[in-house]
Amino acid sequence: MSVPVYILKRIIQALPLLFIISVLSFVMLKLAPIDPLASLKANPAMSTAAIKAEEQRLGLDKPNEVQYFLWVRNLVTFNLGISTSGSDVTELLMERAGNTLLLSVLTFFFTWLVAIPAGVYAAVNRGKFGDKFFGILTSIGMSMPTFLLALLLLMGALATHWLPIGGLQSPDFYDLDWLSQIGDEAQHLVIPVTVLTFVGLAGIQRQMRGNLLDVLRAEYVRTARAKGLPENKVIYKHALRNAVNPLITLLGFEFSALLSGAALTETVLAYPGLGRLTLDAVLTKDINLVMASLMLGAVLLIVGNLLADVLLKFVDPRITLE
Amino acid sequence: METTTLAPAAAPEEAPPFKPKTPWQRLWSDKLARAALIVLVLLYGGAALADFLAPYSMGFNDPEVANAPPSTIHWHNVKGEVGPPYILQSERVFDPLTYRQDYVQVPGPGYPLRLFVKGEPYNLFGIIPGDIHLFGVNAPGRLFLFGSDINGRDNFSRLFFGAQKSLTIGFLGLFIAFPIGIVYGGMSGFLGGLADNIMMRIAEAIMSIPSFYLLIGLAAVLPPGMSSSTRFALITVILSFIGWASLARVIRGMVLSIREEEFVQAARAAGMSEFINVVKHVLPQTASYLIVAATLQVPTFILSESGLSFIGLGIAQPDASWGNMLKEALDNANELVAKPYMLSPGFLIFITILCFNTVGDVLRDVLDPKMRGQIR
Repeated sequence: MSVPVYILKRIIQALPLLFIISVLSFVMLKLAPIDPLASLKANPAMSTAAIKAEEQRLGLDKPNEVQYFLWVRNLVTFNLGISTSGSDVTELLMERAGNTLLLSVLTFFFTWLVAIPAGVYAAVNRGKFGDKFFGILTSIGMSMPTFLLALLLLMGALATHWLPIGGLQSPDFYDLDWLSQIGDEAQHLVIPVTVLTFVGLAGIQRQMRGNLLDVLRAEYVRTARAKGLPENKVIYKHALRNAVNPLITLLGFEFSALLSGAALTETVLAYPGLGRLTLDAVLTKDINLVMASLMLGAVLLIVGNLLADVLLKFVDPRITLE
Repeated sequence: METTTLAPAAAPEEAPPFKPKTPWQRLWSDKLARAALIVLVLLYGGAALADFLAPYSMGFNDPEVANAPPSTIHWHNVKGEVGPPYILQSERVFDPLTYRQDYVQVPGPGYPLRLFVKGEPYNLFGIIPGDIHLFGVNAPGRLFLFGSDINGRDNFSRLFFGAQKSLTIGFLGLFIAFPIGIVYGGMSGFLGGLADNIMMRIAEAIMSIPSFYLLIGLAAVLPPGMSSSTRFALITVILSFIGWASLARVIRGMVLSIREEEFVQAARAAGMSEFINVVKHVLPQTASYLIVAATLQVPTFILSESGLSFIGLGIAQPDASWGNMLKEALDNANELVAKPYMLSPGFLIFITILCFNTVGDVLRDVLDPKMRGQIR
């Protein structure tokens, strides 16, 4: 099956999944003992016309099943209304989701950059000091709550003043030229990316170590050694390539854990991402926004899984997509 | 848990008549796992005996000493000689120039630190009345090992009461999530066909929502103003709602593959009904997987509860949980450098999870070496 057909098939397969998730979100929306317009009504800056329009959009005067279809139609057409603060939900979601994706992609990059060599090193030096050192480090990483690590780094930043604290941009961000703007954002990203990388590192490093140890026992590795290839070539040219492949299937799972972990990290570090937006929405009872971002989180996850599978096809030609 | 009494010393390797070790003995003979088990027993023991071990009760508060720093324990008396430990009473002072309040120690004879001191009355395990605390000082002296919080409550004591909530919720969640997961996965694998297909799609849908988003979405549905025990129960239900789906999927897969094993086919050929066959022969085969999965699921639940309470959606004040105690550290982040002890609940969460993970990893190697690297 060619790649575009496969992607299409996967998208069609994802539709029932999205349907169930949407029903689930909608039921939760209805179960919540909150008038979805309560805070809008309480906001003196809101005109009666705006509230009326919102009521129309949600079809609050109609029966539940009609409301569901209206809700889904609004979701699909990105007509998500206004949040309690009065800003456009779609715009808000896209901006925040972009920030979370930036955080995730950077985290992925650094996690793999560190975890793969560390895993290879541990496997090659199995049982030696380096292996044990990484063993302890990954045990810590697997058990470390993201919020604790975030608090610890926050504390470090407060004590040393080496890094800016909170947010993604400094207050004077818009007065800077573009190069300084990038530098400013990069500085703000150091702490959240470090937190998520450290926590994500553990699983990948262990998996990499295990895979490589398995592969090193394979016959073709023995053959390569027997014909006198230097050990470096055996490991990096023959073994490593085959050991990396199973990791790519992990990508999808990693992404799920990352989105959840990022939500707490974003909260601690006041990073303007999707997780923090959702949380604020929950706390301010902005139930519209909560359910919309629940859906968006699910879509991100499904797309992430799909990308991982397609990537695997490109990396490992033996895989046939079906 | 009678882990310490159950544990016989590991038999020396060279003992001539070879006796295979039970899984428990092999777990105990692993040094790391043993250390982790001991720490867990201490943690759970501390939670169970919280009323006796903690110097103050959970609800104790003294607004006069809010946000007090940790009490300094003095070992030298006024003449500079080493003597029995005592603390000095702290008094709040207010600087009218900077508007800062601070605590100074009042010189005087001080309050000696005593063992088995008479304090607030309590009911141990809810039934045994008592008023003796392991250690403390006589009132009106206040012993705050980790300082006091904004309401003048003792942080150190609340760590014990927080442990009661944080540590039990993991097991309670397990008791809900696992039966659901086993029955659902078993049914799905047993029924097969369209029913299996639909049931698995539903499980996948739940797994497709990033768990933390689902968690806070569900927590948002909880009506405000519930009693704290209702809230605790509902939080547990929510946690189990997240946990069952992935378990159901694995159980289903195992049921499908074990059904094809020879001994199951033999029972089928002998005329055993398919349902009884699955219940009697297939499901018991998943036991060792379940034990390991349970050990690794408990820390996940503990972590979720802490995370939820940490952002203010889980266990709510005035109840203590490690998560909501850590929330105070976040709310007063600018004081973190001066008050690092505020992070202590976070470290307790970390240690608990580390111990569970260590035990789970060793248990997996002991029970089923084939499973290595498959769980999580």
